[in-house]
Amino acid sequence: MKPPPFEYYAPTTVEEALAGLAEHGYDAKPLAGGQSLIPMMNFRLAQPSVLIDLNNIPELAYIRPDENGGVLLGAMSRHKTVGNDALIAAKVPLVHEAIKNIGTPQIRTRGTFGGSLSHADPSAELATVSVALNGRFKLRSQKGERWVQANEFFIGSFTSALEPEELLVEINLPCQPEHSGWSLVEVARRHNDFALIGVAAVVELDGNGNCERARMVFLSAGDRPMEAVQAAGLLNGQKPTADIIQAAADKAASADIDPGGDIHATAEFRRHLAKVLSRRALHEAFKRALGGIGNTNE
Amino acid sequence: MNNLFNLSVTVNGTLYEREVEPRLLLSDFLRHDLGLTGTHVGCEHGVCGACTIQFDGEPARSCLMFAVMADGHNVTTVEGLGTIDKLHPLQEAFKEEHGLQCGFCTPGFLTTLAAFLEENPDPSEEEIREAISGNLCRCTGYQHIKESVKTAAERMRA
Repeated sequence: MKPPPFEYYAPTTVEEALAGLAEHGYDAKPLAGGQSLIPMMNFRLAQPSVLIDLNNIPELAYIRPDENGGVLLGAMSRHKTVGNDALIAAKVPLVHEAIKNIGTPQIRTRGTFGGSLSHADPSAELATVSVALNGRFKLRSQKGERWVQANEFFIGSFTSALEPEELLVEINLPCQPEHSGWSLVEVARRHNDFALIGVAAVVELDGNGNCERARMVFLSAGDRPMEAVQAAGLLNGQKPTADIIQAAADKAASADIDPGGDIHATAEFRRHLAKVLSRRALHEAFKRALGGIGNTNE
Repeated sequence: MNNLFNLSVTVNGTLYEREVEPRLLLSDFLRHDLGLTGTHVGCEHGVCGACTIQFDGEPARSCLMFAVMADGHNVTTVEGLGTIDKLHPLQEAFKEEHGLQCGFCTPGFLTTLAAFLEENPDPSEEEIREAISGNLCRCTGYQHIKESVKTAAERMRA
């Protein structure tokens, strides 16, 4: 339960951190909050020979509005800070809700938004809601920077689009528009445990009360945040009736996700939960979109 | 690889300067290098909460930090909360309300809760439960722990 030796660097600017990554490449790991990386090193599942500690880089920790009414977060924004932030609660309430489900109070004082995304755990709430909100991430290296859409960032289990010399430096989340609603529901044996499965739903209504756009993204339902594209197709352009919602939930659980079985739950049980949770999430999201006055007959 | 790092950290108000290996966990540094054995080590992967300390006032898992990350920072361990002669109100309440049996988990509860009550001096039942959700007690003591928190909170508000 002790990590193997490594070389340690504590840069104070992003430039220095990128220089370290450029020099050490595959052998190096950026250290953000350390709430996933350090346990993996304690178990020796991860054995980086160089750690580049990002905790002394003040320019990576901020939350501010962008030009389009959305929010920009520095990668080293800690969960607790994000959870208590008024701008986040107002512009992206789905993120505010997600934070409550992350780890324990002691994990949330250290863990960071960018660290969680870079870890690319398919059971992570922030990865899932970032895809549901159609967010994008800024990746930087010494060669330059690029923006990657959240749904293209997560490639597989613990695998992201990050190149070894790249650092995720900023998260951009569009504002949840008017006439939109959201929901995040998950099932865990105990609060704070990794969820057996969960789903984030974001819906937008047009002037006639029809579903203009729906997005449902599952966690712990495949090797990355799993977007229910076929289910969303059933909802688009439709009145969100109980029947349509049930049909979308059935489609999501049967066709859109690829849950595995393990000691915590069988794949079949996860599919069952997916169906129930999708229905609940869609009802709640549409209800919020209608400003709480709508009745979708749950 | 034997690259030593010059660490300078304030623990319970005292500045310590030590040479450490980067891979040394903060929990082991506190126990082995400083002899502050009040910080307990349970699971060493961030689940049990026994090793919780306050890092710049915020409760954190010392097994999920390297000692080098504490360079220039303030750490408070259970030894920094109260003394034998003058216990912290939480320690007093844990003693009176039977908030512990074997005591292994207790330092983690105390450091977590001391920070929690600073932030939230009048917590609801639900908030207390959430606050201690990251600390495992296997002597089945949660009920008494909760009562201890209420008693301590009342006294600290008075």
